Amino acid sequence: MKNNRRLLTGPYLFWSVSFIIIPLLMIIYYGMTSSEGHFTWTNIAAITTPENLKALGLSLLLALLCTVICLILAYPLAMILSSSGMSSSSFIVLLFILPMWMNFLLRTLAWQTLLEKNGVINLVLTAMHLPALNIINTPYAIVLGMVYDFLPFMVLPIYNVLIKLDKDMINAARDLGANGLQTFLKITLPLSMPGIISGITMVFVPALTTFVISDLLGGGKILLIGNVIEQTYKQGSNWHLGSGLSIVLMVFVIASMGIVSKYDKNNEGGTF
Amino acid sequence: MSHKLIDLVHITKSYDSVTILDDLNLYIRENEFLTLLGPSGCGKTTTLRILGGFETPDQGRVIFDGEDITQLPPNKRQLNTVFQKYALFSHMDIAENIAFGLKIKNKSKTYINDKIKYALKLVNLDGFEHRMPDSLSGGQQQRIAIARAIVNEPKVLLLDEPLGALDLKLRYDMQYELIRLKNELGITFIYVTHDQEEALTMSDTIVVMNQGYIQQIGTPEKIYNEPENAFVADFIGDSNILPGIMVEDRLVNILGAKFQCVDEGFGHNTPVDVVIRPEDVDLVKPEEGTIRGVVTHLIFKGVHYEMEVKANNFDWLVHSTDMFPVGTEVGIRVVPFDIQIMNKPLSEDEEAVNIEE
Repeated sequence: MKNNRRLLTGPYLFWSVSFIIIPLLMIIYYGMTSSEGHFTWTNIAAITTPENLKALGLSLLLALLCTVICLILAYPLAMILSSSGMSSSSFIVLLFILPMWMNFLLRTLAWQTLLEKNGVINLVLTAMHLPALNIINTPYAIVLGMVYDFLPFMVLPIYNVLIKLDKDMINAARDLGANGLQTFLKITLPLSMPGIISGITMVFVPALTTFVISDLLGGGKILLIGNVIEQTYKQGSNWHLGSGLSIVLMVFVIASMGIVSKYDKNNEGGTF
Repeated sequence: MSHKLIDLVHITKSYDSVTILDDLNLYIRENEFLTLLGPSGCGKTTTLRILGGFETPDQGRVIFDGEDITQLPPNKRQLNTVFQKYALFSHMDIAENIAFGLKIKNKSKTYINDKIKYALKLVNLDGFEHRMPDSLSGGQQQRIAIARAIVNEPKVLLLDEPLGALDLKLRYDMQYELIRLKNELGITFIYVTHDQEEALTMSDTIVVMNQGYIQQIGTPEKIYNEPENAFVADFIGDSNILPGIMVEDRLVNILGAKFQCVDEGFGHNTPVDVVIRPEDVDLVKPEEGTIRGVVTHLIFKGVHYEMEVKANNFDWLVHSTDMFPVGTEVGIRVVPFDIQIMNKPLSEDEEAVNIEE
């Protein structure tokens, strides 16, 4: 029985070794060696070149902006969803999950078409004699795309926490003299922290590492750290430099998650 | 005791066209331990939630100390609630939980600390300040919930089936604890329960409710000994509810036999419901009884024997310390004072429903 059970873990062990652990070790190996195979820090140190630093800085800024906007949009929405009656709320929740079932590449491409100089949005705006919107190929378009793609990942974890919140706890706070705002700040918000933390994790990490959204909506002119790494691998065929930069990005991801999960007392929902 | 503290006037409330409360009128006196008693769905919890401010009645007014508070939000009301599942704030320790209401009111630190100490002592949980709610047992959490409510010095404490989740032994202990608390604090308790024994033990006044209507209001003794209708009789303790005909004043015909009773004013040959408590049925020798029957069931209950006696086509429930084996022929006698006569229900709403849920 015991041996049989151990056998069952075989496929997962095989999977994680061949598709997670070995690639990770390879990245570390490539990142720390030169093309001649000697140990070197140069690939990792390459992050300090002005253009790479600029890409990393912009990535962090846009990811942060995207996360903040998602949080501001998602929290009230999750509150409305969790407080409305059962029949209507499950339908609205479905509306928000529905786009997640569609490939996100397609959705980003759709935004490209919508935002184009002669795209649908501008056609409508000019028809209404309003100034045209020229945000395609700017960081604004990238943030818009990120928010659109990642918003459901912020809504759902917060909604899940709020829907499970004991309504009598809210009633108890009101009963003890707290007004609506005090109840929200002292009860609802702290108790929904696990949802907020996991929402931030699920939005910030993909936003920090994306290169597709910036490619499609930035017109190839705006380089995020993801684009830099992609180009090093594909156009420059420099696996050593690409791996070195990837290690740096990974460190940033892990560090930001560490900071975020420090605020998650109960450690529910966080990645660590 | 005489001052009317709360007055519920013509309260009506319905959810999705289901009427929960229909024209409810009730007043609550100062320092009273009042219990709303009834089966689930009778409207007792809704009444409490309307008092607490968590629900607004569709019609009617809630008067508190002469003031109309119908539209007042919960945080502006001078009463506090102890919730059924305690609803302690899980992210705060016990001291923070108890201090919650006081901090909102900007009380000084020393005042709050004194209050926490006093409240914990009152509920016999000294030294629990820095425990988290999760680490406490159900009974302890319940007592913290009470402590959290009473530090705010409410005029009225609302308790929503607070003992429902506790085990039997703890429930008995907490009943005495609540009576002690009520006497020490000298405030009004409004208590909701479906447990008739809890209601009888603790209350000054019991309000028996069913299907959104008040069935009877009275002291525990009055409710138990003189139920006004078959529902109350059936819900409060065991009872024999028999169809009868009031022949004349102080004489009732039950199942074909004439019994002396003490009730008057029902007229001549009026159909009535008759309630006889099982402990009031005296089993005697066959020739000495008003009617004769045969013992069909016998169970030993500890304090007494529970027997069923088939007599005149009715299964009489009998509690007695004397034991009569199954098959014994016995006579049934009832002291006139122990026969309770009730009018037949006039409308469907007052009818005794099957409450064996």
